[in-house]
Amino acid sequence: MSIVTVQLGQCGNQVGHELFDLLCSDAQQGQRKLYSTASCERFFHQTAHGELVARAVLVDMEPKVINQSISRAVKGGRWRYGESSHFSQKQGSGNNWANGYCVHGPRHRDVVEELVRREVERCDRLAGLMAMMSVAGGTGSGVGTYVTQCLRDIYPKSFILNHLTWPYGTGEVIVQNYNSVLTLAHLYQLSDAILVHENDTVHRICSQLLNIKHISFSDVNRVIAHQLGSIMQPALTADSHGVYSRNPLGELVSALTCHPEYKLLSVCTIPQMSSSSIAYSAFSWPGLLKHLRQMLISNTKMEEGIDWQVRPPAGSERTRSLTGPSFNTSLANLLILRGKDVYSAETGGFEDPALYTSWLPSEEAFNLWKSPVPFNKYEKSATLVSNSQALLRPLDNMVGKAWNMFASRAYIHQYIKFGISEEDFLDSFTSLEQVISSYSQLC
Amino acid sequence: MTQSVVVQVGQCGNQVGCRFWDLALREHAHVNKKGLYDEALSSFFRNVDSRKSDGGACGIGGRIQHLKARAVLVDMEEGVVNEILQGPLREVFDSTQLLTDVSGSGNNWAVGHMTYGSAYREQIVDKLRKAVEHCDCLQCFFLIHSMGGGEKVLDSNLLEEEFPEVCRIVTSIYPSAEDDVITSPYNSVLAMRELTEHADCVLPIENQSLVDIVDKIKRMSHSGKPGLVIKRDSTIISGQGGLSGAEKPFDAMNNIVANLLLNITSSARFEGSLNMDLNEIAMNLVPFPRLHYLVPSLTPLYTLADVSVPTRRLDQMFSDAFSKDHQLIRADPKHSLYLACALMVRGNAQVSDLRRNIERLKPSLPFVSWNQEGWKTGLCSVPPVGHSHSLLALANNTCVKPTFMELRDRFTKLYRKKAHLHHYLQVEGMEQSFFSEATNSLSSLIEEYHHLDATKGRLMPDAPRLSIAR
Repeated sequence: MSIVTVQLGQCGNQVGHELFDLLCSDAQQGQRKLYSTASCERFFHQTAHGELVARAVLVDMEPKVINQSISRAVKGGRWRYGESSHFSQKQGSGNNWANGYCVHGPRHRDVVEELVRREVERCDRLAGLMAMMSVAGGTGSGVGTYVTQCLRDIYPKSFILNHLTWPYGTGEVIVQNYNSVLTLAHLYQLSDAILVHENDTVHRICSQLLNIKHISFSDVNRVIAHQLGSIMQPALTADSHGVYSRNPLGELVSALTCHPEYKLLSVCTIPQMSSSSIAYSAFSWPGLLKHLRQMLISNTKMEEGIDWQVRPPAGSERTRSLTGPSFNTSLANLLILRGKDVYSAETGGFEDPALYTSWLPSEEAFNLWKSPVPFNKYEKSATLVSNSQALLRPLDNMVGKAWNMFASRAYIHQYIKFGISEEDFLDSFTSLEQVISSYSQLC
Repeated sequence: MTQSVVVQVGQCGNQVGCRFWDLALREHAHVNKKGLYDEALSSFFRNVDSRKSDGGACGIGGRIQHLKARAVLVDMEEGVVNEILQGPLREVFDSTQLLTDVSGSGNNWAVGHMTYGSAYREQIVDKLRKAVEHCDCLQCFFLIHSMGGGEKVLDSNLLEEEFPEVCRIVTSIYPSAEDDVITSPYNSVLAMRELTEHADCVLPIENQSLVDIVDKIKRMSHSGKPGLVIKRDSTIISGQGGLSGAEKPFDAMNNIVANLLLNITSSARFEGSLNMDLNEIAMNLVPFPRLHYLVPSLTPLYTLADVSVPTRRLDQMFSDAFSKDHQLIRADPKHSLYLACALMVRGNAQVSDLRRNIERLKPSLPFVSWNQEGWKTGLCSVPPVGHSHSLLALANNTCVKPTFMELRDRFTKLYRKKAHLHHYLQVEGMEQSFFSEATNSLSSLIEEYHHLDATKGRLMPDAPRLSIAR
């Protein structure tokens, strides 16, 4: 029932810190003893003095971010990281996946494994592992991939969820597409599910829905934490028989990633608004669910600018040519409802077979979790975790740009000098073209 | 936290270096309120307590006792170094870091490289090793020198041989056309070869650009227009608040270069929401090993005393970074081809400001076809002294090609007439082949840039993707 989180690189550590902050403050709100206990058990362990210590291991190849995350947690006063649950080096990975994967990863393997082992042993029962990282840089991507590989070897029966942050399309790091391609290709073989947040999407949510004028990375990270938290907090599932599920990662994986070719998950939540507006808004489940369903079908990641023209294909005959280009076919969906009157919510719209691929019956494809406890101050909120074509276009763009750069062999010498070859690049490209092809064919 | 060692060579290198240490102390004094020796300080300084018996090195976290620069100062003429040792910075260096001789290299690359280079090699390596040993994690050597002089007793070739793992970032001051050293074209071309082959990154700087920037600032501050008063201490040429009192002639220009080095290392020293380390600069900006010449530009040049609308001022800063008046070599990157570009923002700017400005400026900047979004960005929360924010842009751009071509032309003019050649050839170990190899290296470098330029503006088709058998 406990999840151990490994935060890797600057992004992983910054987002991870926001996540634990949110989980703690949500759990401690109001009078909900069972929820609060379940949530704290899942993410924190209590010391003899009653302090909450996050079940997390912080890894980075340079110390500044980890130091900042640790001290911010202490300053907040409600929870903290374990005193020795972190590992950092002096010199970063230089945005070089090969440096992270071939040099730093192996060099520090033993230390990191030991730290994770200690956290795992502190859990009564391990629900699984979650690795948080970005794919653009060198440590999150390279060391993160290596660490995931080690964890897969050591805990073959445990569920491993990788949470990835994809960079802005217009570049934060010039070689980000190389790093992304190498990471995704490797993780596809190692991970049980890959949950993705794109900086571009979250940025738009901040500016258009939350009305933030000067968006900082803290704002972006808080939105990611909210969405991730809404998935990870305790919920009642079909298999949990009236109590909060004790196997959240396992149930997530079995609900959504039943086929090894399809592991990419996207998430959207509704409503999302600035905290000052929440008090003045009232929501109804029918309204929320209608919007969420259309967001799924038209592949819009937020409740503004939804294209209501997009409809699922009619009739039982479905081939690629009949479904319009803007219709987003799903393999599987997980709907999580939290808040007031959750038992009266009508979710039939999501069970429509027209939304799903033909080879999986909609009873298998659609999954529902509920929690009567409001999440993060929203009286009612709905989260949809989708295994669908939503990430197909961004993935295709990323691979396309990386391929163009590879065609001119730019920057390749930087990777080769740390130990990967052009062959390795080609293998990664091939794997991802396969993934793109599989998702394109989904109908 | 990593450390860097500054290696200052020759008169120019040492004068610039001297300004760098002064401004570095000023910056840290501004930020470090508690007087504790912290990680940021340790990247450029050691903390030494001379009362301790074991040599006195103090670890992080203690009070500042005596700061010693992580530097090696080399000059074959002792004038400049002696001046430093008698000036207010004398406490920052000790004699084990210095190497001087009496008569200098006479503006002759061969004398510097061969005669003094071989005579002093062991001593130089020894001093470097000592500086390196004081670091627990050395990331980078910053080599500062001029191209036109003869001081090649220590160059990046030697650094690569002795310390191959350490990144070498070279700040090279290129001579203007009207340089007073007649043989500067020879020296420059000979030096170019080892820069192309042994440095990881080169930041070329032209004296003339520095002069132009200084003039521009002086004209602004003396214009007397109301409302356009420049805030005190806020220009990139001012050393106010540093240790040195009166400013010497080239100080204004050298302060610009010193500020460049401070800004490049700011994210490695101070915290921020998107860190950019030195090894990331080399990784992202050098797509092909030899094309590692990065054109720097610094904005703002000064801060106005009155408070204008913050966002507009920020956006203006981004626009200025790409204007040819702010580049540190005389080139116009907007009209040449970008291979890659890095933006290092310091101060109270957020990621949304970065994104907005990149979106705004991108359409007017030609990027190579395989790197259309070739931006590397960094955000450091600590602004430089006297500013609320600043921007450093490093561009790997084909606009360096005309600079190199001009250099080659000046070289050829002299070489054709064999002017002053005998001064070089009479030095033991020097041969005519050095000249021809150097020109070949330079020509092939120019050719590589030319090749990339030829693709500019042409719509290159996307490379056909791998197709998967269905």
